[in-house]
Amino acid sequence: MKPTSTSDPDHFHQVVDCQWGCPAHTDVPHYIRQIAQGNYTGAYLENRKSNVFPGILGRVCDRPCEPACRRGRLDEEPVAICRLKRVAADLSDDIRPMLPPKGKSNGKRIACIGAGTASLTVANDLLPLGYDIVMFEQHATPGGLMRTNIPSFRLPATVLDDEIAMIVERGVDLRLNTRIDSLQALLEEDYDAVFVGTGAPRGKDLELPGRHDSDRIHIGIDWLESVAFEHTDSIGENVLIIGVGNTAMDCCRSSLRLGGKNVKVMARKPRGWFKASEWELEDAEEENVEIMINHAPKAFVIENGKLTGMKFDKLHYDIDENNNLSKPTVVEEVIIPCDDVILAIGQDNAFPWIEKECGVDLSEWETPLVSEKTHEASIPGLFFGGDAAFGPKNIIWAVEHGHRAAISIHKYCQNEDINDRPPRGMNLLSTKMGIHEWSYSNDFDETDRLKMNHVDIAQRFKDIRIEVELGFDAEQTAKEVERCLNCDIQTVFAEKLCIECDACMDICPTLCLTITENGEEEDLRQRLRAPANNTDQILYVSDALPQTGKVMVKDENLCIHCGLCAERCPTGAWDMRKSRVDIPYATSEQR
Amino acid sequence: MSFIKPKITHPGLPRNDIGLSIRDYEGALSTLCAGCGHDSISTAIMQAYFELSLEPHRVAKVSGIGCSSKTPTYFLGGAHGFNSVHGRMPSIATGANAGNRELQYIGVSGDGDSLSIGLGQFAHAIRRNINMIYLIENNGVYGLTKGQFSASADKGSTAKKGEANPYSPIDPVLLAISLGCTFVGRGFSGDKAHLVPLIKSAITHSGFALLDIISPCVTFNDHEGSTKSYAHTRAHMRETVYADFTSQHEEIVSQVSPGEYKKITMHDGSQVGFKRVDEQYDPTDRLAALTYIEEHRAKGEVVTGLLYLEESTSDMHDTLGTSKQAMSTLPYEKLNPGAKALERIQNRWR
Repeated sequence: MKPTSTSDPDHFHQVVDCQWGCPAHTDVPHYIRQIAQGNYTGAYLENRKSNVFPGILGRVCDRPCEPACRRGRLDEEPVAICRLKRVAADLSDDIRPMLPPKGKSNGKRIACIGAGTASLTVANDLLPLGYDIVMFEQHATPGGLMRTNIPSFRLPATVLDDEIAMIVERGVDLRLNTRIDSLQALLEEDYDAVFVGTGAPRGKDLELPGRHDSDRIHIGIDWLESVAFEHTDSIGENVLIIGVGNTAMDCCRSSLRLGGKNVKVMARKPRGWFKASEWELEDAEEENVEIMINHAPKAFVIENGKLTGMKFDKLHYDIDENNNLSKPTVVEEVIIPCDDVILAIGQDNAFPWIEKECGVDLSEWETPLVSEKTHEASIPGLFFGGDAAFGPKNIIWAVEHGHRAAISIHKYCQNEDINDRPPRGMNLLSTKMGIHEWSYSNDFDETDRLKMNHVDIAQRFKDIRIEVELGFDAEQTAKEVERCLNCDIQTVFAEKLCIECDACMDICPTLCLTITENGEEEDLRQRLRAPANNTDQILYVSDALPQTGKVMVKDENLCIHCGLCAERCPTGAWDMRKSRVDIPYATSEQR
Repeated sequence: MSFIKPKITHPGLPRNDIGLSIRDYEGALSTLCAGCGHDSISTAIMQAYFELSLEPHRVAKVSGIGCSSKTPTYFLGGAHGFNSVHGRMPSIATGANAGNRELQYIGVSGDGDSLSIGLGQFAHAIRRNINMIYLIENNGVYGLTKGQFSASADKGSTAKKGEANPYSPIDPVLLAISLGCTFVGRGFSGDKAHLVPLIKSAITHSGFALLDIISPCVTFNDHEGSTKSYAHTRAHMRETVYADFTSQHEEIVSQVSPGEYKKITMHDGSQVGFKRVDEQYDPTDRLAALTYIEEHRAKGEVVTGLLYLEESTSDMHDTLGTSKQAMSTLPYEKLNPGAKALERIQNRWR
């Protein structure tokens, strides 16, 4: 293999699995270390820089960082990254004075349609540069799907209000109760650019016999929205939820708080093929929601004009050795009685307000064609982000879309090429403090992942506004932060200094270092000291070593960043260096 | 500073025949200087015992005084151990081996411990052919007392501050062969690919097995004028006989022609195959071996590999006709026949 190019910022960035896995690239180890040091405000600001809504995301993020966490690959559970983010938000001082105020007006006006995650992020990034932001929202409160689709027992309105206010009160012209019904009309107005962040607001329907014969059949996201705005405050005792994604979890748990006693989630496939995140399933099951597998909905049962149950085909699947599901066979037909049915089987984008005549190129599914790189649609100056751009994803993706679109909008308004994206950078700083001392907590901590405390079951159903998760207390936080493996403290190798004494190889607890003859990657992976089968993880290969011409190979997969290789290196060929990826934002160029 | 090596390890680590991973052969975290050759040898020892699937608690580690003699703490934490007086490790090993012949003995010593203060003890352990492996971690200096020349330092090689050594060295390999040692090898701490099979062969040998292992002292003897530095050893090493250890269960797979390859069956049925890198060399010819090593030493070369092997000799127990059973497990009445039996014996000479 060729020597690894460590000057490419992506190389060391990839080693920080959580940060690499996060769409917004939040520097997780850095903020966890700040929390460990009691610098909650710093940790909050570090989060806010990339993900804008730490208090919200610390509760309801889909956490792509956690499955990526290296700790999970060491036969253990990942660090509770999301929970620690909430600690930073819970304990941070008021950071409003530290946010950049709206810059001196540059005379450019930007229209943002929808006051959800993506639009708010665009505003957050463009305000300091002096843009005038006009934001249209159909509802009486901003927040978009964060407000309408996430129940308040998971995300209290105060947290939402607070983090939205941090953006809006810096000078967004927020026009509530203002629905945009014509893109054409808006484009004709005097805006320098238009950003569409209208989400994916249409819940999928289930056209089965009886569907339109009862008013007790609800569409999940619409029902959640009417619960959020308190238009709906009760439900029958027996509720069936169709679908087993995260919306289904919110629907079943909300039902329990509005009078549901016997709530069942009906899944078409076996466990392991559910769309809901593992922790959301856990939380629902803790509340005694029953998840019934292998049931395919067939018809609504209406008796005397009243919904009394639902008919299902009970299915059987075979699972082969590669964990593939066979085509199902029907075992029997069953009727499950119920008072209400909530359909939570997915959602689509809907753009009835985009006229054909305004010239936006649409896909075969009638959604606008949007560039993944610039977020620009086929009309110059028209940008899309969040679920409106590429269909339903999660909040953290919408934040990242907002950042990217803000860069595009800024470049567009400055007459620069929006395809010319600002490059990432990488900074490395040695953490060496003494012969064998480091400026980070390098000892491996064997503590297991801490469990989040919840409000007592009986207590929590009294009011839908009671937040179930209590957050980590000081003691739990102090333990959980030490579980982080500090993957941002990079092992950096200088081959010129190596005398091939093998000390680093010998000391490495996970045997991730090998000095051997160079070869092609596939061959090299066979010759390392410990199995290196995880090809998702890179090999770090040095140039030829001075004494024998062999190479140093590090399998980055299971390095625990304990620094022992550098401690045992007599010549300082290994060093532990803190990496900081420099992610560009629209405001970066302001400096 | 880390004092404990984390227990956490690679979940897919290979296991040997008795279900242990290499990490089950570790000891405490080394307190030697970073980069010390001795630490690399400790790892090679762990690797050898791991690959042979030997149980750590069936091993006894003995040592004297010096940097080298500290190292038994750093491998095979589950083994028995005795850290003895300077240069007196061979006596302890002899006594222990006499008491319990069923354990596998590993003595770890250094050039000071074995070639200066303990030279007499070393010679007599060879003469008695104690069934043990005896490692000399040879760095040419007294590292623990700040780098004075040891008895193995080459004439003319320099100390860290520049003064040259006026004395000729004692070569433990030549000494051991001339004393009748039945297994003599030389390795280098910076070349584990050759060192590990050498240690495995030595462990399997029945009788005294000496391994002289060049082990650079990074603090006092890894500079330009040194002849025991990493760079000098790599440049002047002459790999002569590559010992390719095969246990009794495995089949010997060899790429080399039979003329270059020689197999010797060890006591327990396992086989050591020699790949002769230098065709004239025959590691079973004692006189030729002595000549060869002496010649190359004169040229400033360090001959490494399995240099001399004579299997099927009798060890101390065979020579003395002792009990086949470990004495430590004999019932007390058998070990000590009592006052009456003693009186009977004494009466024979009255």
